[in-house]
Amino acid sequence: MIAMSSPALLAPQRLVHLSAVDLTIIIFYFVLVLAIGFYLKEHAKTSEDYFMAGREMTAWIAGLSFLSANLGSLELMGWAAASYQYGILAAHWYLIGAIPAMLFLGIVMMPFYYISKTHSVPGYLKLRFGESSRALSAISFAFMTVLMSGINMYSMALVMKVVLGWDIHFSIWISSITVAIYVALGGLRSAIFNEVLQFILIWAGSLLIPILGLVEAGGWNNLKAKIAANASSEYTHLWSTLGSFDSNPMGIHWTGIVFGLGAVISFGYWTTDFLVVQRVLSAKDLRAAKMAPVIGAAFKMFVPFIVILPGLLAIAVLPIKLTGESVAVATGGHSYNEVLPLMLARYCGPGLLGLGITALMAGFMSGMAGNVSAFSTVWTYDIYGAFLNKNASDAQYVRMGRWSTVMGVLISVGTAYLVMQFLSIMDYVQALFSFFIAPLFGTVILGMLWKRATSAGAFWGLLAGIVSSIAMWVWVKLNPAALAYVALSSHAKDMAENMYRALWSWIVCVLVTVVVSLLTTPKPEAELAGLVYGATDIPSEHGVSLYQRPIFWAGVVATGFVIANILFW
Amino acid sequence: MRRGDSISIWFFIGVSLLVNGLLILGAGIYEVFYPPQNPVVLFQLHANVWWGAVLFFLGIVYCFHFAPGRQRR
Repeated sequence: MIAMSSPALLAPQRLVHLSAVDLTIIIFYFVLVLAIGFYLKEHAKTSEDYFMAGREMTAWIAGLSFLSANLGSLELMGWAAASYQYGILAAHWYLIGAIPAMLFLGIVMMPFYYISKTHSVPGYLKLRFGESSRALSAISFAFMTVLMSGINMYSMALVMKVVLGWDIHFSIWISSITVAIYVALGGLRSAIFNEVLQFILIWAGSLLIPILGLVEAGGWNNLKAKIAANASSEYTHLWSTLGSFDSNPMGIHWTGIVFGLGAVISFGYWTTDFLVVQRVLSAKDLRAAKMAPVIGAAFKMFVPFIVILPGLLAIAVLPIKLTGESVAVATGGHSYNEVLPLMLARYCGPGLLGLGITALMAGFMSGMAGNVSAFSTVWTYDIYGAFLNKNASDAQYVRMGRWSTVMGVLISVGTAYLVMQFLSIMDYVQALFSFFIAPLFGTVILGMLWKRATSAGAFWGLLAGIVSSIAMWVWVKLNPAALAYVALSSHAKDMAENMYRALWSWIVCVLVTVVVSLLTTPKPEAELAGLVYGATDIPSEHGVSLYQRPIFWAGVVATGFVIANILFW
Repeated sequence: MRRGDSISIWFFIGVSLLVNGLLILGAGIYEVFYPPQNPVVLFQLHANVWWGAVLFFLGIVYCFHFAPGRQRR
């Protein structure tokens, strides 16, 4: 999301200067997260405790951690930058690009994930389809998640250098050592505790920016008028400018937003990315597991207030014009990626600035911890326990969990240094991630909803989806004119291309899965109990009051989602 | 989340809000009496005073409500 490759970001002049109070707040945060990790070590003796937080999390804890694991600072800063660049269209990634998928995960998919008692998404695939699908999914996920962690680590270090003037090596090591300690000691419970803390800090540290920004701009209507004057009135419409590729700042059509982002990418990420799903699996019972994504969705809808609105406010109130990376390098100006730190420096004096910076660091570290804890679980259960030591004891699982956490952090650090040397790796790894997520969603959803899906169908469908995504990406790289076929327009931007490629690869995965399944023998229904619709006894909510049913609250959130889209049409 | 007599996550959050709120409130009050040479935009609203107070108050509530050892069902 953030192109952190610009030498301008390595410029010596920092954006903000920290006072003693700010430094105290930052140091206190590090002390507190380490204290939590040490305290929780005593609660991480068994593998169920270490990898699943004892499956004791309430709906609120699981839900906030589910959202916080996703709400990394790279995302906070990246989407603020995107809203400065593309206007309110960036909010789609928080609305149609998240809410329907999160609600679907909670109400439709969580019963199968939770009742199966799986430890991971690859673990579900093993139960449903066998080892081949599990292996493909586990190896690709483990590899990707630790690489993404390294990229996030490097990006965070670069942000700290630009914003605070900190040495890159110092930032990388201090954050990675802190994460390694508190996750290795306390496992998923420690990661979740810190994610909830980080979620609160992100709000506490960021909320003043939109509040004070709206005060300075003179309210929403005045803000819209200033944006229209400084940029374009297209910047404050969610849907009305998506009738053609050329009529909006993002160069995308509404079909790409609805089918590419809304239907495939968001469902692929929110329902199968183990980093977020793991948090919901730690819920104390099925009702909490269904409710957690609904709670996450409710808060997700408010995140644009602290992410998208600052970018829009910056268009109206900043005295300077932000530009793309290359122009910023050439002119010595500021790039889009710096919009959030600039707004932070604009309104936040001593103390508030420290809290805002802590919020950014907390976001980075929660993302890193999420990646590392998910990697540790998948490595331990789906690679070590599945292939390397099938008779491992519970104590061995916990020991491997701690070692793989440290290993994951070290690999992430190595990736961060590799990216420092070869900046283009970031683009390739982010593309790599996109190859897997949409096809994986196709495989999992067919596994959950269609009894006829077979092991062979799942494996070949997943593989076909991945290969087709890679092929389309390579085709566009080698022949830019191919964009007109993949993204339906030669004017489509990168985001649009990703969305359409996700849609096509998902369709390929589903088609191949269906065809191969119909030609091969399915498992007996008795072996599908607890894994697929029609063969699973999902507890009824008959007798439970309306206000206690997750489906009711999902309806409330869905209504809010529709209202938000209409309000900002 | 509570387990037996374990400390709730909300208590840790209360501690964080209380300490951060106190530090921000203190910095804000200091700036009221010793205004900075280059104040931030909207300095006159003294956001760090009222926001620090809000965080401090919330921190006290959370620390009290989720204090370890408080009997909860």
